[in-house]
Amino acid sequence: MATKISMEALSPTMEEGRLVKWLKNEGDAVKSGEPLAEVETDKAIMELVARGDGILRKRVVAEGEARPVGALVGVIAGKDEDISAILASGGGSGPALASTASAGTPLAAGAARTPPASDAALRAAPPAAPVATQPAAAPAGGRMRSSPLARRMASESGLDINGVQGSGPGGRIIKRDVEAAAAGGARPNLGLGSRVLGLGSDQEFTDLPLTQIRKTIARRLAESIGPIPTFYLTAEFDLTRVVEMRTAMLEMGDEFKVSINDILLKAVATALSQHPEVNAHWLGDKIRLFNTVHLGMAVATDDGLIVPVIFNAEQKGLREISAESKALAKLARERKLKPEQYTGSTFSVSNLGMMQIDQFTAIINPPEVAILAVGAATDVPVLIDGEFKPRKHLRLTMSCDHRAVDGAVGARFLVTLRRLVENPLMLVY
Amino acid sequence: MSSFDVIFLGGGPAGYVGAIRCAQLGLNVGVVEREGLGGTCVLWGCIPAKALLEAASLAEKMKKAPAFGVTPGEVKLDYGVAMKRSRDVSAQNSKGVEFLFKKNKITWIKGTGKLTGKNTVSVKSADGKEEKHDAKKAVVICTGSRVKGLPQAGLEANKKTVITSDEALILDKAPKTMAIVGAGAVGSEFADVFAAFGSQVSLIEVMPNILPVEDIDSSKEVERAFKKRKIDVLTGAKISNVKVGKDSVSMSVESGGAKADLKVDVVLVAAGRAPNIEDIGLKELNVAMTDRGFIKINEKMQTNVAGVYAIGDVAGPPMLAHKGEREGIIAAETIAGHKAQVLDYTNIPGATYCHPEVASVGLTEQQCKDKKLDYKVGKFPFMASGRARTSGETEGFVKIIRGAKYGEILGAHIVGAHATEMIHELVIARTNEYTVEEVELAVHAHPTLSEAVSEAALDSLGRVLQA
Repeated sequence: MATKISMEALSPTMEEGRLVKWLKNEGDAVKSGEPLAEVETDKAIMELVARGDGILRKRVVAEGEARPVGALVGVIAGKDEDISAILASGGGSGPALASTASAGTPLAAGAARTPPASDAALRAAPPAAPVATQPAAAPAGGRMRSSPLARRMASESGLDINGVQGSGPGGRIIKRDVEAAAAGGARPNLGLGSRVLGLGSDQEFTDLPLTQIRKTIARRLAESIGPIPTFYLTAEFDLTRVVEMRTAMLEMGDEFKVSINDILLKAVATALSQHPEVNAHWLGDKIRLFNTVHLGMAVATDDGLIVPVIFNAEQKGLREISAESKALAKLARERKLKPEQYTGSTFSVSNLGMMQIDQFTAIINPPEVAILAVGAATDVPVLIDGEFKPRKHLRLTMSCDHRAVDGAVGARFLVTLRRLVENPLMLVY
Repeated sequence: MSSFDVIFLGGGPAGYVGAIRCAQLGLNVGVVEREGLGGTCVLWGCIPAKALLEAASLAEKMKKAPAFGVTPGEVKLDYGVAMKRSRDVSAQNSKGVEFLFKKNKITWIKGTGKLTGKNTVSVKSADGKEEKHDAKKAVVICTGSRVKGLPQAGLEANKKTVITSDEALILDKAPKTMAIVGAGAVGSEFADVFAAFGSQVSLIEVMPNILPVEDIDSSKEVERAFKKRKIDVLTGAKISNVKVGKDSVSMSVESGGAKADLKVDVVLVAAGRAPNIEDIGLKELNVAMTDRGFIKINEKMQTNVAGVYAIGDVAGPPMLAHKGEREGIIAAETIAGHKAQVLDYTNIPGATYCHPEVASVGLTEQQCKDKKLDYKVGKFPFMASGRARTSGETEGFVKIIRGAKYGEILGAHIVGAHATEMIHELVIARTNEYTVEEVELAVHAHPTLSEAVSEAALDSLGRVLQA
């Protein structure tokens, strides 16, 4: 059966992609998972892979042209299969896209991150528009002066020549301008690593169809406050036992040194595994509950905020979480994170405790439905048995997407989290 | 004492072209030149040498003429006559530059110039009188270069048995035997000339190939042609035991594992040129030099001293008239306050007028290998060209080296009749960054030798039609 090749969301924020280069010719046999083409996203050049086996029958999009996410890029089909109907229908949804969720590839994970890009959103959207954006190589007014070599280099490296400053005679764009633009633009051809996120298989999440009341809540609240109607739950946890635990571990030796944040991450992961309703994605027409926790941890870098992901965090011990969070933070600061390392999270934690922020609200990273903001641990006097005793307290604020998470649902998660944080021995239970 | 906007120190191709461009831009220009206008190019290089090469070409054609149904009477060769004609051609060209000076109201300051300040030039005329001149905007140094000779090999020029190209151009007759040391463009051209006029020529080159800066295919093609004409080509050669006598020179030459003694009437030293940087006031002004002894300039031809420019041979290789001319234009436009287009030194063609001619632009195949470039070669032999067969000039080829990815023309090499004319199509292509596809798409008239260029472009794409 024929498989449509659609423009996929290859980065979390991608809305359209430019087809830089076809890697297969029409008539080539292709297998599911094989790279078909290089696509330039808003961030990098990525590979678009086949979602089915067969023959690449038609390249719908020419090299250098851009298409919105979801548009038809090409068709894979049997050798003699009639594909005229698919070509006539243009891009968008179809059987091929329906299969992406279970394809088990990193691309599917990336796509799931951004609502408009997800297959679900596409299917919900009006019949996908095959209307392509005009290729930028054909500017509306006036001819761009450029050398044939510069044009060739730009088109083959997926660079928009209209954005290049020319230095040749009369401002003509020449080879060195394209080279400079390519170097300055820092467009590493990242490709996708071999890491399999394990997000795809059917057992790892459950799709909840939206009930009518949920649809109404979603619509009404979004009208009231932005596209993501957010509310905030703040709680103050007693951190004394976490501190005791950390101190006890340190006494065992330096190799057991973990940070308070590591312990919190572990507790959040464990709590999320008991509350899939907050470990979820809002996909427009449904809520996807994840049965595994891919925990995003916000890291401040010189370039700005980035959220690398500890995958399957609920299955990992404190030692693994500690090591992984340290490694990911380092990679983030060195700008060495691969896209698959910062896409696919199901819930995120942001910690400004080290900056002596007592309490703050974090902004939800869609399509996630909640994020936890962690403040600084402070010493407070607490009345215990008629006596003031110093205790370490910590303020946490959870931002919740009201379309998916109601106040009580968020609160229940925080109850579980409090039990774990205030009694960290429960983490080994 | 006169006052100018710009004074050029030297009236060779760099200086006179720069001066004309300055005048076009409304500047008042003086050019200091002690000899004739036109410099080495017009008087002692390009022009007289090409006149002699034309004579050589005619001599060679005479040998083939009977096969074309044209049987000349007795063919007599007289180098003296050819030499005189070449001097006449030089003189005419020099007069031509003088005319251009008048037309553009440029003052020729006759004499030897020296910078005495960054905007004053002192000129000593032939009669010993010295006069100072003012250059309000700039002084441009374009004093050129001279033959250096090889004193370190025992070959100090004595103008009789050990000569340079300067003397070779005014010989009355071709020597019976001649050794030419250095098989670059100059050595190869003189080997061609003297062999045509009956000299037994040994062409000696220390590098593994003659025309060592050219692509190895070009070098080999010319070497084959030379050997066919009985020129003794000795490459990878080492000279020793040089004995300079009154009427002859003897030496030992080791080449290709064999050592032979050579005794010739005349040795022509065609290796090494040195920039003329002495006694022109550079040191006193602290003008910066490169470690190879040329004047250091930036891409606007400016030296480290404000208002002092340098162009042509004295400003560094390649020592070619057309490179100097372009630098003259850039200096002139900069001085006049215009923004000159920067010279791309990788796009300066090379031309050697021996037979077959050799022309090139860009990288050789070896340079592509050294740079680890991913390239493809297209080649078309003139043997397969209809036009070449009609004129009986089927030696040589067009070779185009293109980048594998974008089709960029990395280098182009032509060996054959009129190669030095044909190369410009590829110079234009490279200068404007055309790829081989644009070259091939241009319709080439049939029958022409230039069709070989489009066929070579096609060959590099794996689509050659006529071979």
